[in-house]
Amino acid sequence: MFCTLRNEGIRLPYFLKYYREMGVSHFIFVDNDSTDGTAELLAAQPDVSVWHTRKSYKRSRFGMDWMNWLLRRYGHGHWCLTVDPDEFFVYPFCDSRPLPALTDWLEASAIKSFSAMLLDMYPKGRIDAVPYQAGQNPLEIAAWFDSGNYTVKRNHLLENLWIQGGPRARVFFADRPEAAPALNKIPLVKWHHRYAYASSTHMLLPRGLNKVYDEWGGEKASGALLHTKFLSTFNEKAMEELKRREHYAGSQEYVAYASALKDNPELWCKWSEKYINWRQLEILGLMSMGNWA
Amino acid sequence: MSIGIVMLAHTALHRAEQVARHWTKAGCPVVIHVDQVVPKKRFRIFAERLADDPLIRFSRRHHCDWGTWGLVAASQDASQLMLSEFEDVSHVYLTSGACLPLRPVQELVDYLKARPRTDHIESATTADVPWTIGGLDEERFTMRFPFSWRRNRYLFDHFVELQRKIGYSRKIPDGLTPHMGSQWWCLTRQTLASILEDPKRKIYDRYFRHVWIPDESYFQTLTRLYSTNVVSRSLTLSKFDFQGKPHIFYDDHLQLLRRSDCFVARKIWHNADRLYTTFLSPKPGQLSLQEPNPGKIDRIFAKAVDRRTRGRPGLYMQSRHPNEDWENGVTAAKYSVFQGFTELFTDFEPWLSQVTGARVHGHLFAPDRAHFADGQSFMNGALSDNATLRDYDPKMFLTNLLWNTRGERQCFQLGPKSTRHVMWDIAKDPNAQVSVISGAWAIPLFQSNRSFADLRREAAQLQKIETEMLDSLRSPYSKCRRRIWTMAEFIESPMEAIQVIVDEIGFQPNRRLTEAPRIVDLTGFGQFLQNLKNQGMHPYLMGDFPADPIAQGPAPDALRPRPYLVKD
Repeated sequence: MFCTLRNEGIRLPYFLKYYREMGVSHFIFVDNDSTDGTAELLAAQPDVSVWHTRKSYKRSRFGMDWMNWLLRRYGHGHWCLTVDPDEFFVYPFCDSRPLPALTDWLEASAIKSFSAMLLDMYPKGRIDAVPYQAGQNPLEIAAWFDSGNYTVKRNHLLENLWIQGGPRARVFFADRPEAAPALNKIPLVKWHHRYAYASSTHMLLPRGLNKVYDEWGGEKASGALLHTKFLSTFNEKAMEELKRREHYAGSQEYVAYASALKDNPELWCKWSEKYINWRQLEILGLMSMGNWA
Repeated sequence: MSIGIVMLAHTALHRAEQVARHWTKAGCPVVIHVDQVVPKKRFRIFAERLADDPLIRFSRRHHCDWGTWGLVAASQDASQLMLSEFEDVSHVYLTSGACLPLRPVQELVDYLKARPRTDHIESATTADVPWTIGGLDEERFTMRFPFSWRRNRYLFDHFVELQRKIGYSRKIPDGLTPHMGSQWWCLTRQTLASILEDPKRKIYDRYFRHVWIPDESYFQTLTRLYSTNVVSRSLTLSKFDFQGKPHIFYDDHLQLLRRSDCFVARKIWHNADRLYTTFLSPKPGQLSLQEPNPGKIDRIFAKAVDRRTRGRPGLYMQSRHPNEDWENGVTAAKYSVFQGFTELFTDFEPWLSQVTGARVHGHLFAPDRAHFADGQSFMNGALSDNATLRDYDPKMFLTNLLWNTRGERQCFQLGPKSTRHVMWDIAKDPNAQVSVISGAWAIPLFQSNRSFADLRREAAQLQKIETEMLDSLRSPYSKCRRRIWTMAEFIESPMEAIQVIVDEIGFQPNRRLTEAPRIVDLTGFGQFLQNLKNQGMHPYLMGDFPADPIAQGPAPDALRPRPYLVKD
């Protein structure tokens, strides 16, 4: 498991617990100069390796240069899961089969990359209404998601899909949907030192790895990354990021958040769906079992 | 008598050991073949660990690449060893290291004791099996395959193509009729001995060495020569996916496997601790004589294959993004599109919703916003009524709406002011039922009090767009169900047309269509059209409306629809 973070100490206890229980055998972190003791917390874990940098997140292509180097160095020949500290991976049967069951199956099926769409989770009511406590399951607070307002386009250059929509498009980017954040992600890859992530974990090189979808009507197996960005910690984080200007495309995403959040930071609507389990996501068509049964 | 187990193992040797001991504990001798790819050292350790068991033997090791002769050679050697070492073996059961017995061994022994002369081996002629991989059935027996299908697909395919082109064909040895089937069989000593001691075995072996996937045809074909009683069914529960790769069983399949009453299942995930502990510990209670019944498991895996190859119609997502015309259903469900109805009738939408029970939206693709039913600003799936979001990808807006509301009939209005080209997407969708009253867009213009120059310009524009829309509906690529009336035609007999549409939506026969929608007051409409004509604009989509009200066909009274309709 590979992860870049900055000042996420409060999220780590649950994050590590979640992925350890899933069957992740080793964690590799890049700490981008945290000031809240994240590095010390990580260094004290038996199954964690930490790298530390003071360099610019932006100038490392949003951490991807760091990740690619570590993947190349330590990921070769392993199944590597690259996620952010606010992303929780779910896959078909994740409540009854550990992660190695999935990777063994992928291996036997000669599948090298596994897609997991980013699913933005949010609380009912104001984002800052319920304070998040360290060790708590963030899905207890951010339990809601949009089930059916996504658009899917194909990027013919790299052959990946480009998925947009969800609450962020609906609330922050309604007037310019083309600028809404990309939700397609391919976080789980049987790494080879010739591979590289091209833009965040949205797409990979060589581009054959981006063909995580079927073109003839069938469904390939896929999962989801439950994105718990919208917690009580969000406003503070958004303000800080706005000042640092270290995020993608001039941090336009954070500019949009800051202006919208001033007015009415509620993402919930009448048709929001409350998260139950992976089977619900599969029935809603957000992920698929493919031919894994 | 007893049953001899031949086990082909290559990975997870600790599981193979566990299962082998389970068999021998019940008195069944086991001959293990360990794949040549397993390092010598690991094999030695494995063999030493099992050395204390007098009922276990190891046979000569071969390379067992998928689909190659090695698997047959391994089965031959191991079976030979079994027959010569264990005199009282009456049946030999071929298993793999990833097989797991699901029922007490004694039940299998009893089952076979009751069928002493029966060979259980799936064996069908090539003409009758649909599950061949790579499209090769007959040809796998008449061509040569020097290249690996798994590792060298390009050469494999081209070499097959070449042989087809030059008409190359091998001769099948006399007396053989090629049969295929699952490689996991259970044969009687008599049949197996006849196959292994056949004077022509050398000829057969030489032939099968170059057949593709001989492990699925060698014993299957030769059994037919000697067996007196073939039951063409494998006693091993083994399901294959669409690539010919076995499905794997996990802990969460426990109940399913238990209820299947199969003797042996393959293949089990090597970390499925719960399955191994459950099925390898002694089962309390009575022995059962149940026939194997894998029906439910069959259905689950058949569904998985279907999902992988055909998918859910109308779904577009991260791992299903069909090319155009490969969608297997452009949208998730049938829906109805109405153009001109809400303009011609005063209360069309509530009326339709009341009569059909369907969800009736207004103009979903209107320029200002999506007019969802009941004026909602969000619909199922948190679909927003925002026009910019909608027009970012109008087709996905439509497919999303229909996917999100599966199980509920959707109807919506369309018109020349709708998002451009959305009619084209609808026209190509076999799920769409489109009804158009052409020219009805003129009614709101006729009712408005705007300046005539404005009206004239807008009328010309709307007419042009609607003509385009009708062209897409009538295009040879159009797959939707369409009904197009000119306004004049429709007004002639509105109720007939409406009855047809309502029936199509699935009007429940017990709810009688008693109330008809009201047509707006059209007095002066003919004159309005004439005025447009006088201004040099030519309105033609609405059909012939005489300007002179007296010259109109039916009297104005008859134009009004009857308020009640009698349905027979």
